[in-house]
Amino acid sequence: MVSDELDIATKTNVPARNDETPVQYVNELTTLNLGPTHPATHGIFQNILQMDGEKIVSGEQTIGYIHRAFEKIAERRPFYQITTLTDRMNYCSSPINNMGWHMTVEKLLGIEVPKRAQYIRVIMMELARIADHLICNGILGVDTGAFTGFLYLFEERENIYEIYEEVCGARLTTNMGRIGGMERDLSPTAIRKIKEFIQRYPKVLREFENLFNRNRIFMDRTVNVGGISAERALSYGFTGPNLRAAGVDYDVRVMNPYSSYEEFEFDIPVGQSGDTYDRFMVRNEEMWQSLRIIEQAINNLPEGPYYADAPQYYLPPKQEVYKNMEALIYHFKIVMGEIDAPVGEVYHAVEGGNGELGFYLISDGGRAPYRLHFRRPCFIYYQAFPEMCVGSTLSDAIVTMSSLNVIAGELDA
Amino acid sequence: MLTNEEVAQTIIQQFGDAVSDFDDPFDLLTFSVTREQIIPLIQYLKEHPTYQIAFLTDITAVHYPDSPGRELCVVYHMHSFVNNYRVRVKVYLPAEDPHIPTATKQHLSANWMERETFDLFGVIFDGHPDLRRILNMEEMDYHPMLKQYPLEDATREDKIDALFGR
Repeated sequence: MVSDELDIATKTNVPARNDETPVQYVNELTTLNLGPTHPATHGIFQNILQMDGEKIVSGEQTIGYIHRAFEKIAERRPFYQITTLTDRMNYCSSPINNMGWHMTVEKLLGIEVPKRAQYIRVIMMELARIADHLICNGILGVDTGAFTGFLYLFEERENIYEIYEEVCGARLTTNMGRIGGMERDLSPTAIRKIKEFIQRYPKVLREFENLFNRNRIFMDRTVNVGGISAERALSYGFTGPNLRAAGVDYDVRVMNPYSSYEEFEFDIPVGQSGDTYDRFMVRNEEMWQSLRIIEQAINNLPEGPYYADAPQYYLPPKQEVYKNMEALIYHFKIVMGEIDAPVGEVYHAVEGGNGELGFYLISDGGRAPYRLHFRRPCFIYYQAFPEMCVGSTLSDAIVTMSSLNVIAGELDA
Repeated sequence: MLTNEEVAQTIIQQFGDAVSDFDDPFDLLTFSVTREQIIPLIQYLKEHPTYQIAFLTDITAVHYPDSPGRELCVVYHMHSFVNNYRVRVKVYLPAEDPHIPTATKQHLSANWMERETFDLFGVIFDGHPDLRRILNMEEMDYHPMLKQYPLEDATREDKIDALFGR
């Protein structure tokens, strides 16, 4: 019936072909703006898509909506004030950025951080990784139409943020730790909360996995969606879970261990096809591995000081400042940013929530860096997004973007 | 394990006068190369059978306004996953002629890195498929990371550099 009608329709629409000019179909494609403020892009960036019906033909990205010129600002700030800039890059896992920056400066200054501080840092970084991954995977669930898993996980993120609060006083923009160690020791409450968290979280994560891993609808939406081969992923500069989902086991924590990561036992999960489902599974498994690391770290937390013996760089205890002349001088010099930084250039990378987060620091001996560049993993791999979604439908593109975990703050610096 | 010494020797043998300023700050091999040889060098490192320095970690630039003829420095960080070995390559350019060939044919990831470097420093990557600004708006007519643009209002007198930074 339908085909008959169609036939008649086409027949009646065909113009009389008595001249030589062929029928022109001008601009069959639809231009669709996905973003900048679209609820499904999870951040402010725009994609101008050329659509042929439901299929994406090409995409063009516009980024920079929240570019805040961190690299320029950093050229005027003392080293310790740059930590607050790093908070605002990947705001889902600020502690990793903070620690990465502290470690970069410590490398430049030649400070050896005591074991206890390193272990506390590992705990906080892994908590941050869990917080980062659970948001990404939870939101992926929301984008495929399942809100429940997201709510389960978000309750746990709240608990992670309470641990942050206990350790540094802040929740989102943590500004955690200091150059030379942590600003305070783990309080008994913090230790209790961390232990409670590693007791409670496996149950939640397992429930989340039960909801999603073999879910028919979820698999239909994610398997073979937005895949990328290992070769292309490497050429596009992928790192982190997105690269591992494509089958390359590159992890900065293992390749260039920092902060005593070499003392912990954990596995690196890898995927095969680099599609959305693999990225989801890799992130889930990484959360399990992070739990393993936290458990090892909190159970073997070494005794000793939580900051390095470097009085010219690390703020003295406040009560000392009131009583002790040297402490007062150091306090004043550090707060005014007058520390003696050596001349040098450093590249230090940490495994951020999204991949290799690098800090390239050039110091000319002044109070602020001469040049500071952040290697933001998001910025580098997001350029592959058009290639990953060309030929798929709009709904697939949204799921792909969600599973890439593009954080606008990190994208734009 | 590759040693900096060994890699440096191989590169000197291959590229001769084009490479110079060998150094290894914090154990990371650093050297500079002429802009004519940067793409052959990237290609060589990528295709070298044992080194396989095939992952482009980062491209950025640094501005040195006080060194005439070498004002702009484009910095490449590359990484070999097979050998777990990193290398940093620098190309110095004069400010009046900030042209350098693009690395997008060797590494797809160079696309946005080069656009960012162009946006912030005005380095022109010849042969780049789409060299437009990326973080700043198109209408901007200067490159903000250059040192001649101070971060704060230069006419202010209440903040002196001796106390509040450079």
